[in-house]
Amino acid sequence: MFEIVEKVRLAHSVALFRLKAPAIASKRKAGQFIMLRLNEYGERIPLTIVDSDPEQGTITLISQEMGKTTSMLGALDKGASILDVVGPLGKPTHVENFGTAVCIGGGIGTAPVYPITAALKNAGNKVLSVIGARTKGLLILEDEMRKVSDELFVTTDDGSYKHHGFVTQILQNLIEEQTKINVVFAIGPLSMMRAVCNLTRQHGLPTIVSLNPIMVDGTGMCGSCRVTVGGKNMFACVDGPEFNGHEVDFDELIRRNRSYFKEEKMAMEELTYHEGPRCYER
Amino acid sequence: MLREVTLKPLADKSARMKIPRQDMPEQDPLERITNFREVPFGYTEELAMKEATRCLQCKDPQCVAGCPVNINIPWFVRLVAEGKFIEAAWKIRETNLLPAVCGRVCRQEDQCEKFCIRGKKGKAVAIGALERFVADYEREKGDVPIPEIPAWTGKKVAVVGSGPAGLTAAGDLVKRGHRVTIFEALHVPGGVLMYGIPEFRLPKKIVKAEIEYLKRMGVEFEFNAVIGKLFTVDDLFAEGYDAVFIGTGAGLPIFMNIPGENLVGVYSSNEYLTRVNLMRAYRFPEYDTPVLRGRKVIVVGGGNTALDASRTARRLCYEDVTVVYRRSREEMPARREEIKHAEEEGVKFLFLTAPTRYLGDREGRLVRAELVRMELSGPDESGRRRPLPAAGSEFQIDADIVIVAVGNLINPIIPLSSPDIRVNRCGNIIVEPSTEKTSKKGVFAGGDIVRGGATVILAMGDGRRAAYNIHEYLTDNKG
Ligand SMILES: Cc1cc2nc3c(=O)[nH]c(=O)nc-3n(C[C@H](O)[C@H](O)[C@H](O)COP(=O)(O)OP(=O)(O)OC[C@H]3O[C@@H](n4cnc5c(N)ncnc54)[C@H](O)[C@@H]3O)c2cc1C
Ligand SMILES: Cc1cc2nc3c(=O)[nH]c(=O)nc-3n(C[C@H](O)[C@H](O)[C@H](O)COP(=O)(O)OP(=O)(O)OC[C@H]3O[C@@H](n4cnc5c(N)ncnc54)[C@H](O)[C@@H]3O)c2cc1C
Ligand code: SF4
Ligand code: FES
Repeated sequence: MFEIVEKVRLAHSVALFRLKAPAIASKRKAGQFIMLRLNEYGERIPLTIVDSDPEQGTITLISQEMGKTTSMLGALDKGASILDVVGPLGKPTHVENFGTAVCIGGGIGTAPVYPITAALKNAGNKVLSVIGARTKGLLILEDEMRKVSDELFVTTDDGSYKHHGFVTQILQNLIEEQTKINVVFAIGPLSMMRAVCNLTRQHGLPTIVSLNPIMVDGTGMCGSCRVTVGGKNMFACVDGPEFNGHEVDFDELIRRNRSYFKEEKMAMEELTYHEGPRCYER
Repeated sequence: MLREVTLKPLADKSARMKIPRQDMPEQDPLERITNFREVPFGYTEELAMKEATRCLQCKDPQCVAGCPVNINIPWFVRLVAEGKFIEAAWKIRETNLLPAVCGRVCRQEDQCEKFCIRGKKGKAVAIGALERFVADYEREKGDVPIPEIPAWTGKKVAVVGSGPAGLTAAGDLVKRGHRVTIFEALHVPGGVLMYGIPEFRLPKKIVKAEIEYLKRMGVEFEFNAVIGKLFTVDDLFAEGYDAVFIGTGAGLPIFMNIPGENLVGVYSSNEYLTRVNLMRAYRFPEYDTPVLRGRKVIVVGGGNTALDASRTARRLCYEDVTVVYRRSREEMPARREEIKHAEEEGVKFLFLTAPTRYLGDREGRLVRAELVRMELSGPDESGRRRPLPAAGSEFQIDADIVIVAVGNLINPIIPLSSPDIRVNRCGNIIVEPSTEKTSKKGVFAGGDIVRGGATVILAMGDGRRAAYNIHEYLTDNKG
């Protein structure tokens, strides 16, 4: 059992959890994730390790309520426990002093991009960050990102806060202003990552993305998380989750992530039918 | 350990010869495809005693040599014939830690029963069914006594992976007085027994009972512990473990790299079976993990895994399930019993056929498979005839689910994190066969990680041999 020692609601439908998980906390590196299972009936879902505190033995997760499992997680409070947490999984981010790095987080993607940004800053890079959300209320980690960036740009799709528009427009501006860019890290909705890659490909800017396919075990045993990268089949949980964005077949992944569209809707309906996110214990 | 038993004189041989092999009663095929309950009900006491009486009590029993762990078969069978079921269970437990499992999943037709003298003219004694009966009897009567555990030797052993290899190694090591912790990547123990082999062939409560038994013997478990990620093998030594056994299985699914394999609806057998068995997707939405149901299912492959997947799909799909195998029926590596059960359940077979590509709709969901006929060449070096596609014989059939069951490779997490453990070209850990020692000091390995996809009983044999050699290593090693 993994105890929640802190919970902070960051935005509507986005919450931060600090969990007691000492072994994971001392091992994890930027870019890695855990899989959790809330209870005996639960699905195993992946979440990025946003931060860790080896001294206190805690890891930080940020979850957006998308469907049944994340909604049930969102209903848990400080003091509650999660049945299973396994990690750290996936390859850590390859961090070095590239020169200038642009870190882009779209929506909940800001959560996984944050530890990478911090690691890049730590390694001596000049870091220009761009974070965006649909609307002001959904924006997360603005202060945290500012602390680890040389410059931070903020966008909202509806213009309710800061720059009105998409993160790609900021990137476009940076490119047009002839900013020297050595590498781009982009994490967010698949369509956003695809748009970033289309842009950076034209300008020959190396781009790393972190993929979020549907996972079951997270250890390379099932192949549910397979993605086509450079024409080859890769298992995102062990070969990734980060890949060269210019080689990723995003369209295929978008289709694969809709595999259980009907079932997910059904699970959500069942959940709300039981009067809102149920307590995790049945 | 064994209570004193006095055996009665044997019944007349010719009378025993007249008894036909007793079949286990089973669930009706039409009934069983609507549920996930176990197919055979098992022997009653009467049937078991009758079947056991068929054994001729050979002086030089060939069956024993055919069993990879050399269970004293005539001895336990004779105890069954006399109704001394608990004593029979104890006899088996001397050499086999998981009798209820082996009685169900061993390939008896290629092992013990293949060599049974009664099989020469007629049918072999149903050794597997008797083993299963005895183990079930013992479990259901409760009160399975644990063997005496000697005082702690002061040594600690880490076992990585809780499949049959790891469980056996752990059991044998605690019996020798060592402290053992099993590190398991998943949230439950059992390996393939839990996530691969379906409920209707191996009920999970049986696996759980065997694991409870190990816990009572003092084996400790750490779940959600991926060795190579959470701790490396060197970390385990640094934590104070004196030896490490690696039994992490062969868990990396092979795909065929043909067009359309990433369409929605194409699964590896590992994924399909894990969703259904481990995550209980057959009870979605009571359990949260879904699995696609599908109208028409194709399963590619001819081994136990393909058959398990096809029979699982039969219970979940709406229309039909077809197994597509590139060789002929005779060459199918699956157990005969499984093939028979699958056929009774209405699974169809296409032999000498292989998929060439999968076709999807606009949303990327599978709708059809293109298959090709195969022709067998003359025997190759391995003596098997090699199947080659017959040009121009392609044809298409409708399918919304494909389950690829063409084998597994080795998961590289441990070798990558411990480069000093030598592996072969295919990624299998290299061991000294008689001792299960790897190239790294104090590290032993066995089961599928060494052999590639093998069997439960061979994995158990490896675990046992490793335990013996780990014990030698720990007691010799003065450092
Ligand atoms: C490596 C990785 C890191 C991730 N990190 C984060 C994170 O830090 N914060 C965060 O909010 N989300 C993260 N996600 C996404 C998160 O796992 C999904 O949102 C979550 O699984 C949805 O589960 P659900 O039951 O609530 O929703 P569902 O109703 O099941 O699904 C909603 C959406 O999530 C996707 N999804 C469903 N099941 C899974 C699954 N088992 N694995 C992956 N995706 C799934 C579906 O494609 C669907 O689009 C990450 C995903 C991956 C692969
Ligand atoms: C569907 C199917 C049906 C089968 N049917 C039969 C049958 O009828 N009869 C038969 O004899 N054999 C059968 N087999 C084969 C048999 O199950 C295997 O040979 C046997 O289970 C191998 O045992 P093992 O202990 O080596 O590994 P496994 O049973 O594979 O167990 C390995 C364990 O190690 C864990 N692990 C892996 N990596 C790590 C890590 N890095 N850290 C920690 N833990 C880790 C895994 O999660 C798993 O629990 C079948 C196999 C399958 C897949
Ligand atoms: S363990 Fe397997 S091979 Fe040995 S006697 Fe039992 S069924 Fe036969
Ligand atoms: S999630 Fe199963 S292999 Fe990646």
